Amino acid sequence: MAGPLSALLGVACVAAKRCVLNRYRFVSGSPAFSFGRGRLIAALAPVLLLGFCSMLRAQTDCLSCHADKTMQDAAGHSVGVDADTFHASIHGSLGCTDCHTSIKQYPHPDHAAAVKCVACHADQATGLAGSVHAAVSAQPCTSCHGDAHTIFPKTDARSAVYPLNIPRTCGTCHSDPALAKKYGLQNVYSVYMDSIHGYAVSKEGLLVAANCMSCHGSHNILSHKDPLSPTYKTNIPNTCGACHGGVMAEYSAGVHGKAVAGGNLNAPVCSDCHTAHAILQPTLADFRMQSTPICGSCHKGRFATYQDTFHSQLGLLGGYVETARCWDCHGAHNILPASDPNSPVNPANLIKTCGRCHADANASFVKYQPHANPRDRKLNPPLYFTRFFMNLLLWSVLGFFSLHTLLWFIRAKREQGNAGPAEEEKHD
Amino acid sequence: MTDQTPTVPAEQPEGQPQDGGQPQSSAKEKYYVRFTLAQRYLHVVLFSSFLGLAATGLPMRFSDNPAARFFAREVGGFGAILFFHKFCAVVLTLAFLYHLKDLATRALVHREKGIFWGPTSMVPNWKDVQDVIGHLRWFVGLGPKPQFERYAYWEKFDYWAVFWGMIVIGFSGYAMWFAPFFARFLPGWALNAVLVIHGEEALLAILFIFSIHFVNTHLRPDSFPMDMVIFTGKETDEEFRKKRTLEYQRLAAQGKLEARIGDKPVYWWENFARVIGFTAILIGLLLLVLTLIGYFGTA
Repeated sequence: MAGPLSALLGVACVAAKRCVLNRYRFVSGSPAFSFGRGRLIAALAPVLLLGFCSMLRAQTDCLSCHADKTMQDAAGHSVGVDADTFHASIHGSLGCTDCHTSIKQYPHPDHAAAVKCVACHADQATGLAGSVHAAVSAQPCTSCHGDAHTIFPKTDARSAVYPLNIPRTCGTCHSDPALAKKYGLQNVYSVYMDSIHGYAVSKEGLLVAANCMSCHGSHNILSHKDPLSPTYKTNIPNTCGACHGGVMAEYSAGVHGKAVAGGNLNAPVCSDCHTAHAILQPTLADFRMQSTPICGSCHKGRFATYQDTFHSQLGLLGGYVETARCWDCHGAHNILPASDPNSPVNPANLIKTCGRCHADANASFVKYQPHANPRDRKLNPPLYFTRFFMNLLLWSVLGFFSLHTLLWFIRAKREQGNAGPAEEEKHD
Repeated sequence: MTDQTPTVPAEQPEGQPQDGGQPQSSAKEKYYVRFTLAQRYLHVVLFSSFLGLAATGLPMRFSDNPAARFFAREVGGFGAILFFHKFCAVVLTLAFLYHLKDLATRALVHREKGIFWGPTSMVPNWKDVQDVIGHLRWFVGLGPKPQFERYAYWEKFDYWAVFWGMIVIGFSGYAMWFAPFFARFLPGWALNAVLVIHGEEALLAILFIFSIHFVNTHLRPDSFPMDMVIFTGKETDEEFRKKRTLEYQRLAAQGKLEARIGDKPVYWWENFARVIGFTAILIGLLLLVLTLIGYFGTA
């Protein structure tokens, strides 16, 4: 509808219809007449009534049969409509035949044409047609929005696409193992629900917390392999940054952010470290335990040498998650090269960085190498020879005494056997 | 043959010392004192704290091992493990310092020269070198079995291995515990080195004690299943003659043998010690298996 006249007509239509319906339902004292606009419309009604007479009559006529909720067609499909819910719904102002265009008279034709939402919702339909859901469902709109007669605005808590309801709506398909298998999808629903986002939505009821739609979009959901998708690797910082603006700014200034912006797809984005759906609170033990190997999946050499250190040995045992992980020293989002004066691992900042855990850290203390490699003679000669000497000692002592004790054992056993239990002592 | 001899009457006509039902026999069996009560207690403190250190240290050394993680989780996580490790370390340190004090008292106050040289000393001498060679020759049937004095060469090695081990492991351990303090005297790389030293020396100690020491001292056929002398402090006349022939002969020649005679170990004490000792050996063997799994599972 365009233009003020059309708008006016529309409003008049709604009010007039309410008036009629209320009468139809034998409800007196309708609120439609209790406020100013209602009165205006009531005044205009006689003029407009004639033009909409047929539509109103049609809806009333349809509901005279279809208000029976148990009504079924010949094929056994429900053709009943809950009139109250429908009138409250976002489509409540429409006439039945606005959507059910193929039904023009009674008795109805044998085969009614499918309702085409696209007639009104062209933009959404276009988006959907290009999305991963394009070919998935015969009823793409109602799969998510529910029965067309009960659709509410997305700001309405009754709506299937209300922010707090979205995970459950998407989950109707995405938590189904059979569907996940059919389409080769990971079962992310339960993982998401246990995440910090899922918790915020389902337990805290936070409307601003990320739900499925926040990251994936709604109608035009694209594969994460599609460069236009908000979940495409290089778009992820912006997607997360829509809420986490401060972190995105830090990330963009760090080596990883710059590398991704420079087209290096190997550099990590938010979801590489935090994961996409199972996002954990970073201070939780589980996150601290899982994330070091994530850094190590790229920084293999550094990870291997870290694993040789006390920090890692402690850290792996769990229950003591305070030991230094990668980001405790290197920073998390704004990681800078050690040569950068702002880097926490710049030599000038080490006393402060190490001092966060080691209260008495001093200049000599911070010469400790958190990535020392005792197997590398060129890189760490004193350490290499220390390990070499200790291993030499270990194996020479054990080697000599193993042989010594084994031979002794055999000899003593034989001695015992030769002597015989009763003769043994006399021969000694 | 601590345990087996009493069951062989033909060989021990004078009595069955551990059979409480025949008091006239046990009265005839002679027992000689080998270790003082303080020395025996020191051994208990030593192996208890060592087992504690090994049980808590191994999970740290092999922290990627599932058994280590399981153990750590069950006892309350790494914090509990490190606390217990440090607790045992302090106990062992105190025991070590007590031993040093004892040595100093005996050397400086009592002027006991025998602790530094001579047949009763722990200090290795030329005879020990000969004994090593002689013993090895006997193993393979190339010579007679050597006779030993108060401390045989492998007992001296046990002693010095523990002595050296406690200094090395203790020092490197305290260097990690009080790293910022030690960093004032040590170069930066030493803080890396102490972990390597601590871990490797501890591995040596664990492997040595739980295999070599166990077999040499307790599990070899002559002593199987356990040499009780370290718990009771006393050994039978026959054990003494057989295992430490030279000491026995020397004391006999000097007429000092009678002075060493002690009472027969109390029955309940011996059994109690046996329970403690076997528990320690079983824990040790379990730790040995876990150590080997950890070492060869990750190497």
